[in-house]
Amino acid sequence: MNDFNKLDAADMAFFQQLCGEKRAVPGATVNDDYCHDELAGIHRRPEILLQPATTDEVAAIMRYASAHRLPVTPRGQGTGLVGGAVPLYGGILLDLSGMNRILELDEANLTLTVESGVLLMDVIKFVEEKGLFYPPDPGEKSATIGGNINTNAGGMRAVKYGVTRDYVRGLEVVLADGRVIELGGKVVKTSSGYSLKDLLVGSEGTLGVVTKVILRLLPLPRRKLSLLVPFPTLDQAIDTVPQIVKSRTIPTAVEFMQREVILAAEQFLGRKFPDKSADAYLLLTFDGNSREEIEQSYHEVAEICLAAGAIDAFISNTEERNEAIWSARGAFLEAIKASTTELDECDVVVPRKNVGEFIRFTHQLQQKHGVRIRSFGHAGDGNLHVYVLRDQLAQADWEAKLTAVFAEMYAMARRLDGKVSGEHGIGYAKERYLSDSVGPDQLALMRGIKAVFDPAGILNPGKICAAESEV
Amino acid sequence: MKIGVCLKQVPGTTKVEVDPQTGVLKRDGVDAKLNPFDLYALETALRMKATVPDTSVCAVTMGPPQSEEIIREAYMTGADDGVILSDRRFAGSDVLATSWTLSQGLTLVGPFDLIICGKQTTDGDTAQVGAELAEFLGIPHLCNVTAIEELNEEFLTAVMDLPGHVQRVKVKLPCLITVEKGIFEPRLPSFRRKLATADRPIRRIGLDELPDREARHYGLDGSPTQVARIFPPESNQVRETWTGSGRELADRAFAWLKEHKFLQQEG
Repeated sequence: MNDFNKLDAADMAFFQQLCGEKRAVPGATVNDDYCHDELAGIHRRPEILLQPATTDEVAAIMRYASAHRLPVTPRGQGTGLVGGAVPLYGGILLDLSGMNRILELDEANLTLTVESGVLLMDVIKFVEEKGLFYPPDPGEKSATIGGNINTNAGGMRAVKYGVTRDYVRGLEVVLADGRVIELGGKVVKTSSGYSLKDLLVGSEGTLGVVTKVILRLLPLPRRKLSLLVPFPTLDQAIDTVPQIVKSRTIPTAVEFMQREVILAAEQFLGRKFPDKSADAYLLLTFDGNSREEIEQSYHEVAEICLAAGAIDAFISNTEERNEAIWSARGAFLEAIKASTTELDECDVVVPRKNVGEFIRFTHQLQQKHGVRIRSFGHAGDGNLHVYVLRDQLAQADWEAKLTAVFAEMYAMARRLDGKVSGEHGIGYAKERYLSDSVGPDQLALMRGIKAVFDPAGILNPGKICAAESEV
Repeated sequence: MKIGVCLKQVPGTTKVEVDPQTGVLKRDGVDAKLNPFDLYALETALRMKATVPDTSVCAVTMGPPQSEEIIREAYMTGADDGVILSDRRFAGSDVLATSWTLSQGLTLVGPFDLIICGKQTTDGDTAQVGAELAEFLGIPHLCNVTAIEELNEEFLTAVMDLPGHVQRVKVKLPCLITVEKGIFEPRLPSFRRKLATADRPIRRIGLDELPDREARHYGLDGSPTQVARIFPPESNQVRETWTGSGRELADRAFAWLKEHKFLQQEG
């Protein structure tokens, strides 16, 4: 167990002096929203909530915390799903959402420099108004860009454009002892030593506090079109994906969905989905700059789907039509949540060709363990979101079933050459599955890296690869 | 039964800008699409087709040659025939000239038992063409229809959402209805139908084929409306912030909404 100090009156006074009383809130009066994230079912109260406004303040906080052995948990908007921003050891909860200025749009280099507390939706709005494009597209648009970077958030457009890491050019990071470093920059390529920037992306606040970000932008594609493709069975739908991916056209997204999840979304939103005649669907999107380009792309893919047994391929080419489909897709998680009492999620990623096998396996688990399992996800990149639903199970029964189902799912993901998390991160909730998955050698390397960046272990303790995962 | 459905091609975005100098809509480079309200008209026609045996749906539009695209789209959802009323002499039509032109076209390709229009368009926004068209055709019409309860070869029973009340009406065919957004969820165009209807002809009709060939009844000459000026509506971003307990804020919000007539007390 880490031997952190508890905050005393002198510490409180220091932070209230540094940030002012409004931005240094004693633990007892911290709003409960800060004590948990969106899913992980873990709840911890910080000893103090700090809301820094500048990098200098973050540096001063870290210097002090480091000198006084106080644990620090960085937090964006708390939209995570694995407990990453929950202050397991109390201490300081460092809320960076107030550092939300957009600092510079460099149109010559196609970069956008922002503070890490800027919301993803604000980045999108800002750049799209100027005809530019920030391709990563995680579902949770109210997350901060700092949170996206710390989890290496993915999203639906990963098939064509990749993930957050692919769009981070540079970072300003406050180290555990308060030193401020700049990693990467506006350069397009670099062969200049270890890429610490890429190491920080996905580090979930365990290596440093990201305070500023240089994002890479692209020109905004002028046109978008979605295809909603009904299939008689989920197997047929999913088995078509590898054929689509190896065709000459690259969709921006390939999602799979099942009728039962669509019905739940309809009920949740109180509006109808344009088609629900089939058991399973693929939802694909295409972007491009000319009508001809986009027509050619979707025609080719629609033909592939029909040849593979699709019932039809429905074309969604206007705002209204896209809205009808994507509002439902966007509500899946909330709709599933609303349909049960409690749930937990598995965010595994497997090689694309193994998606079908994994989904079939979850159906078997549903039978075997007598528990409802729902899934949807990014068929195009192999990242699945599988939800185990508690419904009316008693606490002990639920915990036992959940543990058993999760153990089998992560073991299966390993057998299929998959990884524990595709885009939500490890945080606290998936730590033991990570250690099973990567094995002792990699785990030792990870812990070694952690020790170099943060020898006292004060940064987001208990996350990713902590020595003891029990708190 | 023969159903006619009137469609219009409109700018593809809701963010069309108005040139502040000339007052003209900036349409350059803006994609065109099927008027969103007409999606409901088309869907209503297709649903009626599915319930009444031996029914065909004919999609009719008036516009420049490229508005043929929306007829192709209607084919992709299940319409059987398509007509485009297109002639340079139709250009500049106001609602009256538009309704007259449509009435002529529908008379030529009809007769129809039921004509369905969207409630309004997203560009002109007048919501008058449906009613005027029915008047020119001399048939009854229902506006703002939210539900169709019964349709057979002789009559239609439908529900209209009128300001202040809801009316259920039974009307003898032939008649015209304009339908509200949400009457049915519009289906998406089908790729299979796209392939199957790629060669299906679209009938193109010009002024000289219409029953009334008097050119001064069409286009600008046939339009008594003069548009003096088009300008974007004023908008402001005035905000006020209130603080207080939940109870106080709720009372204050309620009082404010009532004062500004967003809420009214039921008598």
